[in-house]
Amino acid sequence: MSKIEHNMSLTAEAPAKLSTTQRLASGIGLVGLFILVLAVANVNFPNKTLFLSLSLGLIAVGTIIFANDLYLGKHEGIKNDGVWFKSLSGRGFWAWILGITLTLFYVVLYWYPQYLGLNADGENTGIISLFDPLSQFISGNPASQWFVYGTLYTLAILIFGYKFILKYRNNRYEVIRTFSVMFFQLGFAFLIPEILIRLNQPYYNPANIWPLNYDLFTDYKINEFLSAGNVGVIMLAFGLISIFVITPILTYKYGKRWYCSWVCGCGGLAETAGDPFRQLSNKSQYAWKIERWVIHSVLVFVTVMTIAVLYSFLGDSANDFWLTKDVFLWGAAGFLTLLFAVIMIFKRKELAKDAKYGAIGYLVVILSIISINYFSGNGNIFFFGGYQLREWYGFLIGAAFSGVIGVGFYPIFGSRVWCRYGCPMAAILGMQQRLFSRFRITTNGGQCISCGNCSTYCEMGIDVRAYAQKGENIVRSSCVGCGICSAVCPRGVLKLENDDMDGRINSEEVLLGNDVDLMDLVNQKSK
Amino acid sequence: MEHIVIIGNGIAGITCARHIRKNSDAKIAVISAESDYFFSRTALMYVYMGHMKWNHLKPYEDWFWEKNRIELKKAWVDTIDFEEKTLHFSTEETMNYDKLVLATGSVYNKFGWEGQDLKGVQGLVSKQDLELLEENTKNCKRAVIIGGGLIGVELAEMLKTRNIEVTFLIREEAFWHNVLPIQDAQMISKHIKSHGVDLREKTELDKIIGDESGRVKSIITNSGEEIECQLVGLCTGVRPNIDFLKNSALETDKGILVDEFLQTNIKDVYAIGDCAQLKLPLSHRKPIEAVWYAGRMMGETLAQTLTGNAIKYKPGNWFNSAKFFDIEYQTYGNVSAKPGDNEMHFHWQHKDNTKAITIAFDANSNKFLGINTFGIRMRHSVFDQWLNENRKIDHVLANLKQANFDPEFYTRYEKEIFKSFKENLQKA
Repeated sequence: MSKIEHNMSLTAEAPAKLSTTQRLASGIGLVGLFILVLAVANVNFPNKTLFLSLSLGLIAVGTIIFANDLYLGKHEGIKNDGVWFKSLSGRGFWAWILGITLTLFYVVLYWYPQYLGLNADGENTGIISLFDPLSQFISGNPASQWFVYGTLYTLAILIFGYKFILKYRNNRYEVIRTFSVMFFQLGFAFLIPEILIRLNQPYYNPANIWPLNYDLFTDYKINEFLSAGNVGVIMLAFGLISIFVITPILTYKYGKRWYCSWVCGCGGLAETAGDPFRQLSNKSQYAWKIERWVIHSVLVFVTVMTIAVLYSFLGDSANDFWLTKDVFLWGAAGFLTLLFAVIMIFKRKELAKDAKYGAIGYLVVILSIISINYFSGNGNIFFFGGYQLREWYGFLIGAAFSGVIGVGFYPIFGSRVWCRYGCPMAAILGMQQRLFSRFRITTNGGQCISCGNCSTYCEMGIDVRAYAQKGENIVRSSCVGCGICSAVCPRGVLKLENDDMDGRINSEEVLLGNDVDLMDLVNQKSK
Repeated sequence: MEHIVIIGNGIAGITCARHIRKNSDAKIAVISAESDYFFSRTALMYVYMGHMKWNHLKPYEDWFWEKNRIELKKAWVDTIDFEEKTLHFSTEETMNYDKLVLATGSVYNKFGWEGQDLKGVQGLVSKQDLELLEENTKNCKRAVIIGGGLIGVELAEMLKTRNIEVTFLIREEAFWHNVLPIQDAQMISKHIKSHGVDLREKTELDKIIGDESGRVKSIITNSGEEIECQLVGLCTGVRPNIDFLKNSALETDKGILVDEFLQTNIKDVYAIGDCAQLKLPLSHRKPIEAVWYAGRMMGETLAQTLTGNAIKYKPGNWFNSAKFFDIEYQTYGNVSAKPGDNEMHFHWQHKDNTKAITIAFDANSNKFLGINTFGIRMRHSVFDQWLNENRKIDHVLANLKQANFDPEFYTRYEKEIFKSFKENLQKA
């Protein structure tokens, strides 16, 4: 093994080399980036509009020229030559440099925005002030660190989305899907909330659904909605409908991909800027086990936190508002129990053993926390105050997990670390995808040759081959339906489909092409 | 406890081992000198091209084998004492067996060309071949590939990713025309050339010339042309890897001769995969089928026999797949390269030259015989059913939509294909 790979690093130069045009393009992009670095270093540009346009423009132009040179004029098809030879995509030196840089950026962004030029009293300086003209133009307010971040984030999805579309231009599923994430990022995540601010309405991104948007049902947000009159009430109602009505329907029809790889901003970044790192995800069964524990723990955390925050927000007297602390708490407990009962009654057989134990365990935890504290009568429903929980969630999950680890570590752990191990929204959609959805990846009879391209390029670390080589369909809660396994398959074995629920999960290890009698025999044995 | 020993950890041997374990508690040992763990041979090319690393080639994690009590032994079998039921390894060690499964696979052909053993001359079948290829292409500017088959075109694609110029000599008038009908073969030839490969039809190797250090420096074709190169890829097919069994009591021809239960002439000794040659193959199948799928099916079948459910090897309808640079190929049923009087072909090709289908049907009864599909994915289950039901070509073309397996949102060509079929019928 080591011999092949050692040799490889020696002879790998050819496919990993950059062309002259690509070097030039990188140079252009880096100049644009350098303007931003100068701004961070407090260089006060005379004409901010000009220099901001110049900076963002150069970054975009550089990336576009680079992508054109890389993909145009070549045959349409899979473009993975040398992925593992390149330092950046093969977890080499440059991958670590980029990973550390991104991580530092996130640390500063979340906890030290003053270094970016955010001043508590007084005007913005540094890089944030560079973005003031754009922010003024869109929302009518000076920029914040989040505006800077949002702009760069959107730019990244747009320009790397362009690159992705060129790379997969042979595959219409990928092209359309990428236009979709670019549209939702630019329109829903970036422009709509800013324009709402301009119109004196609450900051609201309709595509950012609870529990991914963990602040949606906190007191300050609800107060903001309620004080905004009808528009605010509609937003609040849409937030509730999104998670309790729209999400289940769309996930039933199309699988969780409708959100995770078509709409969501986290997914959008992972699919575009993160695409060169998708192969770095961990495919071991051990990682899968960790994934299931961690993601469901985050889901429990966000549920408990939201219940706690809402509980503290609500009043005691039914005269003021029908939804009192008591009604809400018992309602929440009742809803969770009902949900759990339905799953257990109808889908018991489809749940793997540990999923069952995990679910039972967590339900018990939630209910006992509620009841112990409720009956203790100290007025503090949880061991800790709701707002304390929210603060910790924001720090641990919202910032450290989804930002620092989720994006900062792209070049080391792959692009979907947050989506796979952390996102509570993905956990909810995933449970539904596994149990109540028409979506699956169909395996084409006996055509699999176990080559492993599908597993290698699965950003969610699903061992797709393990199913395909047995002729089984792939129905996994974590699958975001990006479609790359199907694209890279050299034998046309995988197809993302929405079809009947019946026969969706076929665990019979039988491959087409065999003798029919043998297939019967193997099936009997496995029963 | 019964000791079942399998020589060879390829797809045939490993599938057999896994299925024995599903059905029984027998002691299982798998012997290989090639690699520590089972890997996907079909994916060797992707390691060289940098799509995957070696570890990605392993379909099972390393703990799998111990957990399933399958002993993996890295050793080279020198000889087998069938009387004593003993294997003799090159290390002087021995191992006894109760039942023996030979799944030794293939080696690439050498047809006695002058210079075929020079440095820089090699085929591509094993892990060691891949390692050698890394060595041989370190300062390689130009390579010549001999033989227009599946390994040849894969090798051409691999070398092109390292910016090595490739000259590709094939005997037929178009690529793989010994398997593909001429229109299919010509389309693929064109596609290979469009990737900058210097494809030479109807050209064969005469001899390979070496330099003073014993390394290849050029080849001479049968037309007398000399082509300078630093690598020669021998891709003129494979043959069963059974040299170590010659001169034993085991009955062999090209491969190890087996009956319909995959048993050799010696009791308790079986052969599966590339190395096995069926004495009485089914009418629609060949005696030796050196493909992944046949190895897998044989392994699955033999495992039943070895665990008490004696069952004959009866593979269903033929199917296969490949990829020629960017064009995927699937086939179901039988499409002859050179159809006789009783077989008719309907051919449709897209104007961009990357998509085509060829459907074979019986000239008298219109019965559907098989399909080659290029650049359009088709459902295995649907064609398997149509073949079993003896459907006619009209039915196949009218219902082609059902068989489509392309990703969502892809352009569909069923209507165009159907129209073309109708028009051709009228002309005929």
